[in-house]
Amino acid sequence: MKFDWNYALDILPQLLDGLLTALIATVVGYAVALVLGLVFALARRSHQKWVSVPVGFVVEFIRGTPLLIQLFFLFFVLPQLGLALSPLAAGIVGLGLHYATYTSEVYRAGIEGVPPGQWDAAIALHLPRRRVWTSVILPQAVPRSIPALTNYSIALFKDVPQLVAITVAEPFTVGRGIIAETFRPFEPITMAGLLYLAVALVLSYIGRIVERRYKGMATA
Amino acid sequence: MSFIDFTDVSKRFGDNVVLDDMSFNVANGERVTLIGPSGSGKTTILRMLMTLTKPDSGTIAIDDEYLWHERRGDDLVPASEAHTRKVRSRVTMVFQQFNLFPNMKVLRNVTEAPIHVLGKQKDEADERARELLEMVGLQDKADFYPSQLSGGQQQRVAIARALAVEPDILLLDEVTSALDPEIAAEVLDVLRDVAKTSDVTMLLVTHAMRFARDVSNRVLMFNEGKIIEDAAPEQMFNEPQHERTKAFLKSVLEEV
Amino acid sequence: MSSAQLGLLLYGAWKTILLTLGGMALALVIAFPVGLARVSHNKFVRAIGFTYVELFRGAAVLVLAFWFVYALPSLGWQLDPTFAGILALGLNMGAYSGEVVRGAIQAVPPGQIEAATALNFKPSQGMRRVVLPQAVRAMIPSFGNNVIEQLKATAVVAVVSIPELTFNGQLIWSGNGRAAAVFGGLLIGYGLMALIFMTGVKLLERRVAWT
Ligand SMILES: Nc1ncnc2c1ncn2[C@@H]1O[C@H](COP(=O)(O)OP(=O)(O)OP(=O)(O)O)[C@@H](O)[C@H]1O
Ligand SMILES: [Mg+2]
Repeated sequence: MKFDWNYALDILPQLLDGLLTALIATVVGYAVALVLGLVFALARRSHQKWVSVPVGFVVEFIRGTPLLIQLFFLFFVLPQLGLALSPLAAGIVGLGLHYATYTSEVYRAGIEGVPPGQWDAAIALHLPRRRVWTSVILPQAVPRSIPALTNYSIALFKDVPQLVAITVAEPFTVGRGIIAETFRPFEPITMAGLLYLAVALVLSYIGRIVERRYKGMATA
Repeated sequence: MSFIDFTDVSKRFGDNVVLDDMSFNVANGERVTLIGPSGSGKTTILRMLMTLTKPDSGTIAIDDEYLWHERRGDDLVPASEAHTRKVRSRVTMVFQQFNLFPNMKVLRNVTEAPIHVLGKQKDEADERARELLEMVGLQDKADFYPSQLSGGQQQRVAIARALAVEPDILLLDEVTSALDPEIAAEVLDVLRDVAKTSDVTMLLVTHAMRFARDVSNRVLMFNEGKIIEDAAPEQMFNEPQHERTKAFLKSVLEEV
Repeated sequence: MSSAQLGLLLYGAWKTILLTLGGMALALVIAFPVGLARVSHNKFVRAIGFTYVELFRGAAVLVLAFWFVYALPSLGWQLDPTFAGILALGLNMGAYSGEVVRGAIQAVPPGQIEAATALNFKPSQGMRRVVLPQAVRAMIPSFGNNVIEQLKATAVVAVVSIPELTFNGQLIWSGNGRAAAVFGGLLIGYGLMALIFMTGVKLLERRVAWT
């Protein structure tokens, strides 16, 4: 069997549309993960046990169970509770929620990496608790989290193909649609896979640059 | 009750009894130096007054207000966070490791608390901060980041930052121990200046004995969780009574 | 729940465990050569290791599974679905685990290698007798994490109709339409399996720490 270049060229535009959807899911899902992860990290540090303990449990549970089923849950169960999400919205929420459990660990490590003397100084200057977080702790904790956070953007992108399971129009879903008409699976599947691989390789390259730059800064 | 009052304060870390039923007073405006061997609890005393370390038992009061307790009728109950916050607002501390905020320029290190704690306008806070920086000899470093300054400069910024919160009580924990002797001398000069020009109450831990003699009007000798000698500097340094004090002073003076 | 449904779930869980352990076994077999290649003195060998890691970390499990199940038959290769699943899981996790191996080897203090050289070990002997035994111990916790990640990753092969726990759960759901019960149950099921694997890993870690 031979790779049919004409067929491949014909279906490429549709697949690229799918890739665009995949990238949108990545960017928006990652933004959700960055914000929600910080919320999780702060909630788990709360002195209020009734906040920190349940949040900790939920975070561990989400992290410990498969994204795919969480996507099913969001897409098929929430409508029964009166909250129907579009496939893409469910995908973004699922990715964002799942990766928030990872980014929260990154933030936690970043926060714990702030020297205890900084907290001491903040108390000695009587800074209000909120101000301590916003002007002393987070401005130090977040920059040192950036390399690890960048890596999770790559990891998140690699989980986007799973959105095929809830019919988000990403490359595999597009490819399946094409196959249903042409009954020729080889080119669509191979191309969808290669598109994902190519973007992942580019992201991984960028990730290495970010990491190197931050390492340089840390030793400077 | 005196201005600062420690009554029967005990503290242990695990099996390590650091303070054992310790009591002492400090009057308003007094300059008290705490001396004693490593591990005798000097830092712990200062950190308790700053509420960075909690005593196991006993009471600590500032101007008749308990730091860790509140009066409820005739009883003492554990203090609310708001109460502790209020009482400690009269105290500030300068640390051995400076603990400047590395993410803020020097000026903002000094203005952060005046703006967000004392509620000053930014202009007013900036102006006052520049005055204080001038006092510590760093008026030209306002727009530098702490990491761009030497250790001695950082510590002088930390002193300016502490004074900017307008404390009644200033705690200084070995503020020159991380510095070379020459640099340390500059910092000590700044502190002599502070002692001369303000009436802030000072509790300081230092191994710089000449400096201690110059600025303090009282010296407390700590040993194994107790104060074993309490005297004026001339008395303490010239005619120590306690054998332990004699041995300690001898070892410190030989070091230099 | 009918006994047919229970049977379906138990069979699915069994398949999930098989995929997890099979994928992890393949990953370990791949990880050591890849990790060693990554720290080789030979530039060419290093490049091979690097290429493997980049390619197979970049190719998500689902991408590989799709290709094995739907594209490969066009080339005349029809893989057993479970085998295809293990292959996709193992090739991908092999890249991650290879990085674990590399990291652990590089974390062994250089003094150890110098000492081995001083004892007139050949480089390969030094690696085998001095560096690797120390490195392996450092790898165990990361491999433990990888087992949990592998368990989670097995769910995605449901998308290519491999009849493991998630797929069989979907079958039940399409029969009875009770999404909350089925998917909630699946989540709890995976949570419990993760707990079991985690306990196993902890026990293993403790054994290794003692010896
Ligand atoms: N957070 C802590 N946890 C455990 N032990 C502590 C802690 N803080 C202090 N200690 C112990 O308490 C004892 C007293 O410590 P402290 O820092 O008050 O001594 P110091 O008199 O300031 O000594 P130095 O001259 O070395 O600074 C020491 O033995 C120290 O190890
Ligand atoms: Mg000390």
